[in-house]
Parts: sequence; structure tokens; C-alpha cells
Amino acid sequence: MNGLRALRWAVFLVAGLSFPIEAALDYMLKPRKVAPDTYVFVGLAEDFSRGNGGNIVNTGFIVTADGVVVIDTGSSRLYGEQMRRAIAAVTDKPIRQVLITHHHPDHFFGNQGFRDLPIAALSGSIGGMKEEGVGFADNLYRMAGDWMRETEPLAATQEARPGRSTIGGHDIELIELKGHTQADLVVLDHTSGVLFAGDLVFWQRAATTPHASIADWLGSLDRLQALKWKTIVPGHGEPHADTRGIEQTRRYLAWLDATLRKAAAEGRDMPDLLQMKLPQEFADIPLVREEFARSITHLYPGFEQRALAGGGKS
Amino acid sequence: MDKQTRSVLLVISVALTTLWVGAAGAVVVDDDPLKSANWDDLKTRFFGDAKVVFDDRVKVVAPIRAEDSMNVPVGVNVEALGEVEEVMVIADLNPIVKVLQFRPLAARASLSFRVKLQQATPVRAIARTRDGIWHAGGMWVDAAGGGCTAPSVGRSTGNWADTLGQVQARIWNPAEAGRLRFRVMHPMDTGLAPGIPAFYIEKLSLSDAAGVKFMDLETFEPVSENPVFSFDFRPGRAPRLPLLLSGMDNNGNRIQAQVAQ
Repeated sequence: MNGLRALRWAVFLVAGLSFPIEAALDYMLKPRKVAPDTYVFVGLAEDFSRGNGGNIVNTGFIVTADGVVVIDTGSSRLYGEQMRRAIAAVTDKPIRQVLITHHHPDHFFGNQGFRDLPIAALSGSIGGMKEEGVGFADNLYRMAGDWMRETEPLAATQEARPGRSTIGGHDIELIELKGHTQADLVVLDHTSGVLFAGDLVFWQRAATTPHASIADWLGSLDRLQALKWKTIVPGHGEPHADTRGIEQTRRYLAWLDATLRKAAAEGRDMPDLLQMKLPQEFADIPLVREEFARSITHLYPGFEQRALAGGGKS
Repeated sequence: MDKQTRSVLLVISVALTTLWVGAAGAVVVDDDPLKSANWDDLKTRFFGDAKVVFDDRVKVVAPIRAEDSMNVPVGVNVEALGEVEEVMVIADLNPIVKVLQFRPLAARASLSFRVKLQQATPVRAIARTRDGIWHAGGMWVDAAGGGCTAPSVGRSTGNWADTLGQVQARIWNPAEAGRLRFRVMHPMDTGLAPGIPAFYIEKLSLSDAAGVKFMDLETFEPVSENPVFSFDFRPGRAPRLPLLLSGMDNNGNRIQAQVAQ
């Protein structure tokens, strides 16, 4: 390497280091209006990475006459703070309530950005946030890096009570379901017809199962399908106006359950499943290969132990 | 580094890699395809002066990213090598590197199990053929880690002693080239969690009612708690039932089970 080249490299490196890091850590949150008074920050159909900083989740807000209701706070302190600024750019009404759909980190790690406000979640979710928050944080710092700076798991401060109430002209119902986790809160705005389904619904993004009970989840999807709504906001994937997300999630979960059950009955082990070809219907859903591999770890031991218990030992 | 230097280095590294294609279409190379920092040390430690080659007939199946560092599924299959005398499984960057070693004997040269990983690491199987050459294959598994230094679930809940050494087992298609799966209840403590000494199964062997030995297995601390194994039988070498599974842990506790179906 000659002297001039070395100098050029040195200048380049110094320029790179002195570039303000803050400027790079911008989630570029753009609220999308999905109904009157109702906005969604649509996340990417990706897993946590240093590239996306965890902007992989849908969060949203409803602007009522009596203030703003926020649904989920995203994956980091930075996300929560930037989300709050993006809300303030839409309305000068104060935020009156934050609701968290469940205890997974991409849905509540932005709570620090709203820490002066009431943050409510189902009691089962609050327990999960307290028990597992630190473990989630360790993993997210590893996966998303600098975006996570100063993020600490801040559990919800209020217990959300299921039921219907009118807030600033919006008839909002909180519904307690389960299946994706032990406690899944669904927010239905009867006035606008928007259903915030949390992670009970995935659309064109493979469903995740670290705390799932598939039987409960399928029951909850039937409940969601029976409700009256116009627009559904899935936890991950584009908002839409029909039941396609519910149906895709239901078909995938039913397939997953049947596949693992059959494999256990046939004496397969996890590596056999890892090599399995996925059905055409699901093969093109983003992250399905990765999520299927994760689901094997989450769910297969249960099926396997039942199959082994049916054998003959002495 | 400028372009010229880089391309020179590239040429050198290609030249260093002797690559030949074997009779069965196997791709065999001398340099570590996984580019692990400590492979050379491990090679000397485990294989001394013996010849070790990287061989794509050694199949290791594991997830690219471990979802649960305490239970990372691994499948090893080295049947494409022909007669294999023994197989070693290691995780290069684990605090305890050696996972297990097995001699396939009358069973197929394949095994599935689960392992604890402390961090992202290559997971490898290295199989010795009759000519004394070791054939290595493997893959990187990314892991959030902590699998080796966390206490076992049995220790945390305190109930491990109630079920110690109990075996659940089942045979699939015993008349054909079937499979035995079993689980042994054991904490498999690594000795790396504070205050909990190493406590793990050391040996497991499998024979049939006629006294034919099908598999000898030595296990080490990184094998997962309450380990589950899958063994496969060879076509035409169906075992006579019941099978006898016997083993011992490092405290001298015996494991013994008959498997009839």
C-alpha cells in the first residue's frame, strides 16, 4: 500500500468515525392512516437485525377527542421515543393511554418513551414482561446492536380490564384472548371498525411460537373472525380489510400442529424435521423456514414425549 | 489493503487449498471450510498426527440459529463414508468442546441428539474410517449462548433426583430398518454453573436379546439435560427384541432399561 493510498484510507476512516451515529439510528417511522383517526406504523416482514433495529412490528394509535390511545410501543427505547415524536407530528392532542397487546419485546420495549403515561396490559402479560424482560433484552442487544442502547424492559404499569368504554367519541373494546402467549390483548374500535389483533394474526410473515398454545390460538382466531370489524391490523404484516390474515395464520398453525404430531408418531427427530420440505402454500411466506425451525424447538418436545411414553420400556 | 494485494492473497489461499473429488463424487479438502480460529489446536488435541480431511459425505444437520441454547438439535449421518469405526462430535467454541463419541457397530452410522451451546460455534462430526483417516464435516450454529453455564432445569426445580436414570424408549418398525428413540432422565450438569459439580452420563450402550452390540456411545457434559437420542438400524440387521440399554454416569449411577416395543 503506497503512502497516498494509506492517507486516503485514514481520511476515510476518520470521516466515518466522526459521522454522527444518531443520524444512522432513525427508524423513519411514517404513520399510515388506515381509518378516520387511526394510524399504523407498519414494520418490515423481517427478523431483528442490526439493519432494521427491530422495526419489524406494527404499532398504532387512535386520535380521540379526549386524547390519543397508543397500541404497542415497539422494540427499543429509541423506537418508543421516535414513535412518540411521530405521533406528535400528526396531532397536538396529549396521549392519554398506552395499551400493550402482549409481553413480547418487539411490542413493549419502547415503553421507556412513554414512561410518564399510564401503560396497561393484561395481568398475564405484565407477569411475562417482569419475568422474561431481561432475557429478551440480552438477546435483542445481540441481534440489533446499537439500536438497543439504553433500552431496559419496562413492564406495563396498569392492569388492562377487558370490556367496552367510550374514549373521546370512540367506542373501544378490550378483549382478552390467548394462544400466541398466555395473555393476548385485542383492541377493537367499534367506531372506526379497526381491529388491532396483536400477534394473534400474522399476514405474509411467518407466525412465531415461543409461548404458543396452538389449540388456544386457533380458538382465538375463531373469536376474531366472528367479531364485526372492517380493517384488521395484524401484529406483523400489512393491515388489510378481510380475513386473509386470520385464515393464513389458522392454516399455518393447523399444518404446524399436524406436522409435528405426525412426525412424533412416526419416530422422527428434530433434525429430520429441519430438513423437511415445506408445503407450497407456506414456502414463500417471509421467514417461514426460520420460524419453522424455531417452532420445532418450542413445540416438538411435547409431542415427542407423548410419543415416547407410548413405547415399551421396563 | 488494495485490490492487488487482495487478489494476490486470494490466489495464495486458493493454492493452499488442495481440493480433490473422490470416486463417489465426494468433495474432500484439507483446509477448514468453517474457518474456526482454534481448529488447528483442536485437531492436534483430539487427533494428534492422524490424517484429518474435510469431507462433504459427513452430514451434520442443526439449525442455523439456536432457538434454545440448552437444547440445540443435532443430527449426524456418516453412512456415505462406508464402514465407519467411530464418530466424534465437537463444538469448537464451547467451554467443554467434546460433546460425544460413538461407535456404530451393528447400527447405522447416524445419530440424533441435543446439545448445550455457550455461544455461536462450529458443530462438527469427525468420523474415522478403517484406513485410520478422520473425515470431518459440520456447520456454524449461531447461539445467544449461556447453555453451558446455566443450571439445569432439574437443579432449578430441585426434582431431578426423583427421576434420575429413568428411561422412556420406543422402537419404530423393528422388523425393518427401524429406529430406537429414548430419553434418559439426567440433569447433565456441566460443572460450569456456580456451586453445581459436573454430573453427567458417560456411557450408554445398546445390545439386543442375542447379545449383539449395536452401538457404543460416550457422552460428555454438553449433551442436553434429560437427553433424547435416535438410533437407526441397518436394513437386514434387525435386532432381536428386547433391546438392552445400559449405561453409567460419572458418579457411578447405573442406567438400565429393556425395550420390547
